[in-house]
Amino acid sequence: MKIELYFWEGCPSYPEARELLEEVLAERGLDEPIEMREVVTPEDAAALAFPGSPTIRIDGRDVDPEGAQTPPALACRIYRRPDGRVSPIPSRKQLEEALA
Amino acid sequence: MSVIETAPAFDLPGVDGRNHSLDEYAHAPVLVLIQSCNHCPYVLAWEERINALAREYADRGVRVVAISSNDAEAYPADSFEAMVEHAREAGYVFDYLYDESQEVARALGSERTPECFVYDADRTLVYHGLVDDNREEVLVTRQFLRDAIEAALAGETPAVTDTAPVGCTVKWRS
Repeated sequence: MKIELYFWEGCPSYPEARELLEEVLAERGLDEPIEMREVVTPEDAAALAFPGSPTIRIDGRDVDPEGAQTPPALACRIYRRPDGRVSPIPSRKQLEEALA
Repeated sequence: MSVIETAPAFDLPGVDGRNHSLDEYAHAPVLVLIQSCNHCPYVLAWEERINALAREYADRGVRVVAISSNDAEAYPADSFEAMVEHAREAGYVFDYLYDESQEVARALGSERTPECFVYDADRTLVYHGLVDDNREEVLVTRQFLRDAIEAALAGETPAVTDTAPVGCTVKWRS
């Protein structure tokens, strides 16, 4: 399993996202490494179809496929919860489902 | 960080189609300026609480003014047109102004969105930083902005005068 966390240093949420991802991986008994990939320029963002920081891909698949359609940008990514709330990181449930 | 101790002068277009200046709020006992924008998830997470505070304290004369200074060329979601739409959709009860030149953000010393600046009746800064201590409302234990407004209304210094804002960076023009 390939686990990638794309981040932009200008957004403060990626350490929290990594921490949550590590928790979910540990709960599931998975010890695959998280590959941290920094996105630095708008050109990088476009080339990587990076919809904002953080973006987590499991075997190349975004943990939030709907949000992945956002145009590439060096920005904090918006994750929408089912109840309408907004978060700068994916939910535990999204990570669990992506790792299932 | 370095923020100035008095409210900077401004005269900026608002989403209501009018310009708003610092002088317009001269009679407010407390003025709250909030560096903000449309596209930031931290703003979106906190904006309902900001709106609720603006509504709650309106009858005590407190004015809340949000200002977006983001580079709309690089971030089209933060264009003035998008601000108008976002304020309508979110039901903002406070003024939402566009600082296209970014001069106000520079004068404030802003770094993040959202980032609060609370001024007393003399327009001296009495609080700078977070709205509260958690973007998840159910987990909030300390309401810095509310406490600062209450203190300023009472003519007192807030117990907490400065917190490190958490949010997206202000998107400066290159």
